[in-house]
Amino acid sequence: METSIFQYGFIIKSLLGAVFASITAGLAGTYVVSKRMVFLSGGITHASFGGIGIGYFLGINPVAGAAVFGIMSALGVEYLSVKQRIREDSAIGILWAFGMAIGIIFIYLTPGYTPNLMSYLFGSILTVSNADIIALGIMSVILILYFGIFYRTILYISFDEVFARTYSSYVNVFKYITTSLIALTIVLNIRMAGVVLVISLLTIPPNIAMLFTRVYFKIILWSILAGFVGTATGYAISYYAGIPVGATIIFTLVIIWVLVKSTTLLIMKISKKNTIFKTLKQWITIL
Amino acid sequence: MHSLSASYGANLVLQEVDLKVYENDFIGVIGPNGGGKTTLLKIILGLVKPVKGNLVFNGELLNGNSIGYLPQISTADINYPVTVTDIILSGLMIRKGIISMMSQSDKKMADSVITELGLAEMSKSMLSELSGGQIQRVFLGRAIIGNPRLLLLDEPGNFVDTTFENDFYEKLKELNNRMAILMVSHDVGTISSHIKSFACVNRRLHYHPSSEITNEDLLAYGCPIQLVTHGDVPHTVLKYHR
Repeated sequence: METSIFQYGFIIKSLLGAVFASITAGLAGTYVVSKRMVFLSGGITHASFGGIGIGYFLGINPVAGAAVFGIMSALGVEYLSVKQRIREDSAIGILWAFGMAIGIIFIYLTPGYTPNLMSYLFGSILTVSNADIIALGIMSVILILYFGIFYRTILYISFDEVFARTYSSYVNVFKYITTSLIALTIVLNIRMAGVVLVISLLTIPPNIAMLFTRVYFKIILWSILAGFVGTATGYAISYYAGIPVGATIIFTLVIIWVLVKSTTLLIMKISKKNTIFKTLKQWITIL
Repeated sequence: MHSLSASYGANLVLQEVDLKVYENDFIGVIGPNGGGKTTLLKIILGLVKPVKGNLVFNGELLNGNSIGYLPQISTADINYPVTVTDIILSGLMIRKGIISMMSQSDKKMADSVITELGLAEMSKSMLSELSGGQIQRVFLGRAIIGNPRLLLLDEPGNFVDTTFENDFYEKLKELNNRMAILMVSHDVGTISSHIKSFACVNRRLHYHPSSEITNEDLLAYGCPIQLVTHGDVPHTVLKYHR
């Protein structure tokens, strides 16, 4: 067993990681889920794996490579969909596989030390460095400020882009900025949740939140809370059972979703007959 | 609007269009599909830049501040998690900056619009929980919350359910006391007897100061050959088609 000081530091790091992951994923995820961009986000995630491979090959920070790839592919798809010259879902599908192919090719071409592919595909808390945590922390602050300051603008553009164009000439600027921030959020969370699983970190918490509320900022808050519970529990299970952390986080989140969903369904069903449960239902609606 | 032309690429959609809108006008804009009706609205909204000519509002160049807009069937996702109140508040974004907070007085304005349109009970609902007519009232609310001087309606007949249609035009008549209305439609039948004047758009625009159009007018201008007759129930008479 390691020393207690090491364990203490490890727990702090894990907790901070959980907090920042749930903040970034909650904010970006609410946007992604409401706007039905889940498939696009999946494409961005897998495309950024190409950046990781090239990063290794060139000997630069793989996360930086992934960030460049992620943002470029996100903006590329947004641009193509604005121009309407290509089927968006096909473009995403191609990007998705192409990114993975590039990643694998370059990782295998990298001479000498081959990185642990598993840790990138399925996430690992052990490879998360202090710098990764700090980067996620900075990203949390940026996203909180961005969504806090431009809340209504972001909400209304993503709700009805065509109408937004009648009053604002900044619609495209906001779309590109938001998509880039989402790409960055995804990339920074890859270390922890892994390429294959990071998309669920964004999509499951808002779906849990939407079982309670329809108000956008409340969905964000509930997503962050659900994300934190899922991530922290996932960390603990991963640590004690020695399973990749991405898998345990997603597993926990899905269990939470199923539990909450079945509980609300049950309450809704009983509330039709029973007055006590009716008040409980109202209470849930107020939340 | 004076001697205004617009085109998409080499395609001239509108040519030397002149239109004056006065306070409390209720103008029905009719014309065939592809005749440039929607382009006309887009120019007024500033979404399409005219190749030639300009728009003048109260002696000044036009800006979006005084215009309310009810788009053709909305592209918005009705399952989007946003409440009726918040959608109606978005009508105020025209005069707000990109950094916008809604004040108490903004929310009061939203509440009064919601009450006026009979949406009070569903102010916290999502669009997916409303009927077609209610959804259209929400978008109408978004268009009028800023008390615009000019209300633009693009094919409102397209997504009104018939049970609600009469209510809707009654509501427009009420609103017409406060604002000028410009309503685009390809189907004259949906343009009710509340309309005070007509404008025919088929690349060029021809203005008819009364709500009655004679057969000669129609033949001369190559507009869609449909007539509204005003009886107890307004109805459509189809005439010779070119």
